[in-house]
Amino acid sequence: MKVDRRSFLSLLIGGAAGTALSPLPWKLTDDLSIWTQNWPWTPVPPRGESYYETTTCTLCPGGCGIKVRKIDQRCVKIEGADEHPVNKGGVCILGLSGLQLLYGPTRIRTPLKRVGKRGEGKWEPVSWDQALTRLADKLKEVRAQGAPEKAACLLDSSRGTVGHLFRRLMTVYGSPNFFTMPSVEDAYRAALKLTQGIEARVGFDLENADFVLSFGCGLLDGWGSPVRVFKANSTWKENHATVVQIEPRLSNTAAKADHWLAIKPGSEAELALAMANVIVGRNLYRSEFVDGFCENFQGLKRILALHTPEAAAAATGLAPEVVVKWAVEFARASRPVALYGRGQGRTAAGSLRQCMAVMLLNALVGAVNRAGGMWTVPDYDYIGWEEPELDEVARAGLERPRADGAGSGKYTPASSLVQRLLGSGAGQLPEVLMVARCNPLYSLPENGAVKDNFDKIPFVVSFSSFMDETAANADLVLPEHVYLERLEDVPVTAGLSCPVIGLCQPVTEPRWDTRSLGDVVIALARKIGDSAAAAFQWDDYEACLKETLEDKWDTLEERGFWYDAEFRPPAWEDGEGKFRLAGGKLDEVLQADEIVPAGDPAKFPLILVPYDSIRLAHDYIGDPPFMIKAVGDDVLKGKDVCVQINPATARKFAVSEGSIVQLITPVGKARVRVHLDEAVMPGVLYVPRGLGHTAYDAYLAGKGINVNALIGSLEDPASGFDAAWGIRAKLAKV
Amino acid sequence: MSSQEDKVKTLSETPADCQAGQGSGGGPFIVLFFIIGFVASLVVGWVIFPKVLYSQKSQPFDFNHRLHLEQVDDGCQSCHFFREDGSFAGVPKLEQCIDCHEDVQGESEDEAVFVEQYVAKEREVPWLIYSRQPNCVFFPHAAHIFGAKLECRTCHGDTGTSESLKPYEENRITGYSRDIWGRNIAGFKSNTWDRMKMDDCAQCHETAGIHDSSVQTGRDACFVCHK
Ligand code: SF4
Repeated sequence: MKVDRRSFLSLLIGGAAGTALSPLPWKLTDDLSIWTQNWPWTPVPPRGESYYETTTCTLCPGGCGIKVRKIDQRCVKIEGADEHPVNKGGVCILGLSGLQLLYGPTRIRTPLKRVGKRGEGKWEPVSWDQALTRLADKLKEVRAQGAPEKAACLLDSSRGTVGHLFRRLMTVYGSPNFFTMPSVEDAYRAALKLTQGIEARVGFDLENADFVLSFGCGLLDGWGSPVRVFKANSTWKENHATVVQIEPRLSNTAAKADHWLAIKPGSEAELALAMANVIVGRNLYRSEFVDGFCENFQGLKRILALHTPEAAAAATGLAPEVVVKWAVEFARASRPVALYGRGQGRTAAGSLRQCMAVMLLNALVGAVNRAGGMWTVPDYDYIGWEEPELDEVARAGLERPRADGAGSGKYTPASSLVQRLLGSGAGQLPEVLMVARCNPLYSLPENGAVKDNFDKIPFVVSFSSFMDETAANADLVLPEHVYLERLEDVPVTAGLSCPVIGLCQPVTEPRWDTRSLGDVVIALARKIGDSAAAAFQWDDYEACLKETLEDKWDTLEERGFWYDAEFRPPAWEDGEGKFRLAGGKLDEVLQADEIVPAGDPAKFPLILVPYDSIRLAHDYIGDPPFMIKAVGDDVLKGKDVCVQINPATARKFAVSEGSIVQLITPVGKARVRVHLDEAVMPGVLYVPRGLGHTAYDAYLAGKGINVNALIGSLEDPASGFDAAWGIRAKLAKV
Repeated sequence: MSSQEDKVKTLSETPADCQAGQGSGGGPFIVLFFIIGFVASLVVGWVIFPKVLYSQKSQPFDFNHRLHLEQVDDGCQSCHFFREDGSFAGVPKLEQCIDCHEDVQGESEDEAVFVEQYVAKEREVPWLIYSRQPNCVFFPHAAHIFGAKLECRTCHGDTGTSESLKPYEENRITGYSRDIWGRNIAGFKSNTWDRMKMDDCAQCHETAGIHDSSVQTGRDACFVCHK
């Protein structure tokens, strides 16, 4: 038989013909198309029964009610709870991505003891009992030396039962050093103390305002309770309220406001005081409030005399007529309100003077405790535990001054000044530091100095659920449940006008060997023993919570929140409380020098200012993968963060779009990518907060730079708050 | 062997013949090779391919539908029920079985496996599902059972009266069951339940004139089932 080329071709043709007449090609095509439409590696939630469980989001101070959609036991989606008074069904991008924090790879799965060098990442898993014993022994050791004040703890805030349990532990132990992370709420609180002499918080009746004068607040960038403010913004649009955004950069908020006043960074107080000057000078103030319920109007007038629109024009870069025009419009509106707190307001947001100046504007137009205005909201008082019995050591310890100086001397208005302690190293560093629900090694400015000081603290304990920068540099990690696994009260502040307590309830079983932080504190107190153990008599945290919330518990369990919808701030009545406009400490605050960014202008001709974005979480919680994907490439391109720079400035310094340069400030330098943007003022550079993590997972770590490593801290002379809103900077070739 | 060599030789000696296609000895062999190729590929396509395409898997243990159907009052829906929200529960979970199967009943080995391996250990049975549609398909049972008043057997055949479970054949490419394409590799069917491909859905939708647009997208055609 002859096998030649023709035979071979004929075999092939025969094969082709046969194949065409068989189902093979058609079936293969069909299967391949099904395969490509259902990639087997794409995760698909399991099928099963779908239902919702409600709880409260704690990823930011916003306090939104959420419902988690589950398929059988697996949580598959987070949505906003429709009937919740804070967010009314809305949810933000961070809230939506919460499941990635629950199921993601950065969870700490068991208590860990450091075995390598600090920060080296070498850990040994230990049992809860071992971990708690180790911490309790350390604490007992420090106490045995008669220096209980050398133990300290640092929390995101002192709110709620967990905050109170920590505070109680510190008290019976004998340490005054209970620190909380800085927030604009500190400034408001201090301002209330000085003007009204009360301990309370500030809330804003945003929905009813018809003229919103925002001094740099990122109303659409995550300020206050973010979803609530988004909704308020929709209400303003519907009601044709006027929103004026005062900010050097065209942020989302500025872009969506009715008017945008681009002032020089850091000149907010000058502008506010000049507006106050105009309002007083033109008799536009509400005399029923100012004459009726304010003290020392004359004193204020004297102070304001210096703050003419012309003076403000020089400071802000606005024409004097513009200052006058907006002062007049603000005062003539029927329900105006002025807001303070740069960006999201979750960092130390400037000097007390700026906050006070804005508060005075509210007072002059009578917006204090009035519909659509700024309200004084009493602190939550549902935690009425008996005072613990103190022993000798504790009493002596509590007498000693706080390491950060807060609450005494010139720092009287402040309740916690962690930046002073960890950033400037102003006070005595503790021997034992317990850190919960915050990430100071990442989110405090002057990052390098904070790290150096941190390294000097002999024993650091982290309660973090995630391997964040602080946990990675701790000696002992006692991981707590994430919010979807725990039971807890969430008293919401964040500028809400009415009191709302959310209930955080477990929607799923704990995934790892973690514990509720409340239980950890109780167990720790028991281990310390003596008076500490005696002060924590609850069976467990759940029992403590139920007992504490006694009369509200049923409501909380049933609805998921407790809400005082009827709340109205105390009305001003003759003979009762006065609003002080000037005098004493107030004068000192108002006349303090404005904060000038650190650095020599000759060497550092530019100014670097950090900005906040709703797509970048920058405190305890880092961006989950979903969220980091939503960051635009004019913010983060590849691994390079974009520094926003005005084209005119770029020309002057001979840099062009996309070029990679060194951004140098007096405290650090970093590699950045130039992004030309008309939306920023010439001479000012903008870098976002929330990038440049070294910890967390591959989705987040190593992307961009941490702007806190480039920013220094500057102490507000009147309060001790960190008032640095920016720093001098320059660009250099890499 | 030698004759073949000869031929090769001849071929190389007369290239012109070859190129012109006028070889005298090639004819019948060409046809033969055509036939060989043709038949071989038919065999591959019709016989070998289906064997290679599907892998055979057996269920965790056997199950007698007929026996169970006789015990229950509400037909198929006694176990394959609709949840309160209208979604279809599909294959029952332990929860439904546990009332009767807390302890081993009868002698069957399958029963013992079920009770010991699954019920006692509180593990759900990893049933292989013959009629699972690809993930890109949105198929509500409720619309078909309550809306169109179809019977279960229209799509699922007489499963309810079967006494044992047939082997599960998994398509190695798609990972889905053979029952979707149907037993017949050519795609021919004689009963409505022989195949569950898109064309089969479309056929019925066409005759019944279903143009109800998708609730989510408000659009007709593809979007009725592919959201
Ligand atoms: S605004 Fe805050 S509380 Fe609300 S959903 Fe977003 S992260 Fe959660």
